Amino acid sequence: MTVKPLPDLIPDAKLKLPKEAERTLAGGLTVIAIRRPAVPLVELRLRVPFGKTPLPRATLLSQALFTGTGTMTSVDIAAELQAVGGGLSAGLDPDKLLISGNALASGLDRMLEILAAVLTDPAYPNEEVATERDRLIDHIQVALTQPAHLARTALLKRIYGKHPYAVQTPEPEQVRAVRPAQLRALHADRVRPEGAVLVLVGDINPEKAIDAAEKALGSWTGPAKDGTIPPTPPLEAGPLLLVDRPGAVQSSLRMALPAVERTDPDYAALQLANLIFGGYFSSRWVENIREDKGYTYGPHTSIEHFAAGSALLVAAEVATEVTGPSLLETLYELGRIASLPPGDDELEQARRYALGTLRLGMSTQAGLAGLASMYAGFGLRLDYLRDYSAALASATREQVAEAASRFLAPAKAVTVVLGDADKVEGPLAALTTVERGAE
Amino acid sequence: MARRIKIPATKYPVERFTLDNGLRVVLTPDRSAPVVGVAVVYDVGIRSEPEGRTGFAHLFEHLMFQGSENLEKLAHFRHVQGAGGTFNGSTHLDFTDYFEALPSGALERALFLEADRMRGPRLTEENLLNQIDVVKEEIRVNVMNRPYGGFPWLKLPPVMFRTFANAHDGYGSFGDLDSATVEDAQAFFDRYYACGNATLAVAGDFDVATATEMIRRHFGDVPARPAPDRPDFDEPDLDAERRETYTDKLAPLPGVASAWRVPDPIGSFADYLPFVVLAEVLTDGDASRLVERLVQRDRSVTSIGGYIGFMGDEFQVRNPTALLLQAHMPPGGDSDKVLRTVDEELDRLATDGLRPGELERTQARIATHLLRDTDAVLGRALPMAVLELQRGRPEMLNELPKLIGEVTEAQIVAAAATLRPERRATVEVLPGATA
Repeated sequence: MTVKPLPDLIPDAKLKLPKEAERTLAGGLTVIAIRRPAVPLVELRLRVPFGKTPLPRATLLSQALFTGTGTMTSVDIAAELQAVGGGLSAGLDPDKLLISGNALASGLDRMLEILAAVLTDPAYPNEEVATERDRLIDHIQVALTQPAHLARTALLKRIYGKHPYAVQTPEPEQVRAVRPAQLRALHADRVRPEGAVLVLVGDINPEKAIDAAEKALGSWTGPAKDGTIPPTPPLEAGPLLLVDRPGAVQSSLRMALPAVERTDPDYAALQLANLIFGGYFSSRWVENIREDKGYTYGPHTSIEHFAAGSALLVAAEVATEVTGPSLLETLYELGRIASLPPGDDELEQARRYALGTLRLGMSTQAGLAGLASMYAGFGLRLDYLRDYSAALASATREQVAEAASRFLAPAKAVTVVLGDADKVEGPLAALTTVERGAE
Repeated sequence: MARRIKIPATKYPVERFTLDNGLRVVLTPDRSAPVVGVAVVYDVGIRSEPEGRTGFAHLFEHLMFQGSENLEKLAHFRHVQGAGGTFNGSTHLDFTDYFEALPSGALERALFLEADRMRGPRLTEENLLNQIDVVKEEIRVNVMNRPYGGFPWLKLPPVMFRTFANAHDGYGSFGDLDSATVEDAQAFFDRYYACGNATLAVAGDFDVATATEMIRRHFGDVPARPAPDRPDFDEPDLDAERRETYTDKLAPLPGVASAWRVPDPIGSFADYLPFVVLAEVLTDGDASRLVERLVQRDRSVTSIGGYIGFMGDEFQVRNPTALLLQAHMPPGGDSDKVLRTVDEELDRLATDGLRPGELERTQARIATHLLRDTDAVLGRALPMAVLELQRGRPEMLNELPKLIGEVTEAQIVAAAATLRPERRATVEVLPGATA
């Protein structure tokens, strides 16, 4: 066997931001256009603040947004978009309605015209809304049999209590009661340009793209309602919540830990602590419970940011028979990172991963569109990536250790396990106090 | 409204060469972002695993990450991620790929890592047992512990095909996985993981001369081993409809999937390509034939999708393969009725042809999807490595949008006319959970 040395890395060049332009239109819509001409396409993201909207109506609205306008049927909308290589879809979270799409770059004007018609002249035809309502109910029924969905639902309730973020999927029966007239009213009330941000990224001239957006969307006007959601409550650890799923061959282990928002001075240090703990493959937790113990396939942790608060989420699907040992190792690794400073090597490894994947995220039109839209939702622009990179580059071992001790302490974790309760309750109860869920 | 938009093309440059040891190399530089993608693809997949060893190609893929000549266990992951990169691998019917995306300054490191495991992974009993456990958890999370697990990619091949190679479960049975040995793994490596049986592709921000020199330095001394003979996995088409039904105890709603054999994607590419467009004519978006009819008008399905290749890899699959349609139905849904309607719509297409603009808009949307995928470095490195491996034509990635745009209505009509009920394999999933 020949011993070969690992090649050195060539240091990264200075972070280069793409050319962009921004304008806030008379109606209140902010348009950000970013040039990346690598492929002859354009990506579109439109985020409309949607906090404090009634969940069943808002969810159905997002599903039925493209069902028709005063002059176009749902088929017309889809066909006209396809004709320019385009497609649009809508999604919802507790803070916003997000319209996403893309088209051939030469089809930008047409895609914007169709978007404008959907925004300003929506029909919500009774027949089409009824179809989408039934489909949404079917999708929710399927979600209710998926362990990932059930575990998240239980965790959100446990984290957020009575806060609006506690429930993010409506009940089928609530959806069934929504009428088309209610969608029209909600649309008129809340699908408004004030506070909304449109991001266009691609093979475009940014100024001209904004002109095109202004031309198409100039008629979209009207004030927005205040959708500000109150800050999220502090986490209350409490006993482990065990939700029964009889016969499950795996348990879904979930934890929530406190976190800070993106712009907090401690955020970079917390993200690095998160990576070292469980936020990427070469983390302590993944190397332990997957590569050493073989308890699980894809364990992961991440920091989830909503407008009104952030949380660090821990997730693993583990074999039923090793549910107790998996919790044991998770508590051990949390305890270790909260109690002892990380090694210099593992900090540098996590730091390079954070900086490198940030560049990978900026390397495509879709990646840039997602980043620009996401940052805009927090009042930031792409140039914030410079500040964030600098914060990642300069965070010290002491700062990371301090963040870990504040945020990753196992004593602060809210824990939910979804699994075969009769099989896993005993092993879990050996480690912590367990409370069975109501269901 | 049949104003036609021009379908644009990319012009990614392509350099090809073959090392003395037989490794085929593709370089496609593009300096628009400071990142690179590295892909190594081996010409072995699920169809090549031996009887009694279902799931072995995938298990072996896991073992390729467990250390190699100069690398301890965990080192591969740490070196990629510690360079700011991401990695993965995936096992397909006809090939297995390994890949990294990284900041451009880490290119040589990625080449070193791939070359090291091409010389040979560290195959140990301990790592084998660990990864058998991990793969079992992967199967549990993707198949056993969720509704519609393996539907239809694992459920339909045994209905459609008779030979072990084409019909068996590529994830593998737990019994077969438990029977795997280190000797099996060594034999699999020796037979299939020859550098003459592999391609390397590099995409993104690099200088061709520098990268060529790095590749010669790191891969040049990988021992030359020729590619093994690749069997022809072809088998006769169905002579009568085949259908099976199973109950999924976790599924709340019924579903149905059908597949029809299509022409050889490589040997008969010109005949095959219309089926790629046909799948989208039938199912891409609200204006497609089957979505408009089944979802919007009849409301007999909740969703329907159509694609080619059991793993959705239409330009990376060999013969035999199929066009698939899969649908989820509302409570009490009737598969027979759905299939009858599909037949009716296929007949209508074969008899009346397409509507004005229908073909052009579908082609434009496919072009967007194809172009969009190539924006990421791995969206170029991976398909180019496979196109080199299977066709010796990596530059085809640039040509696909145009080739799609050249498919004619007559070809779509002819393709639709072949999707007859008697050539169809169907699997139906019945709900075993209460909705």
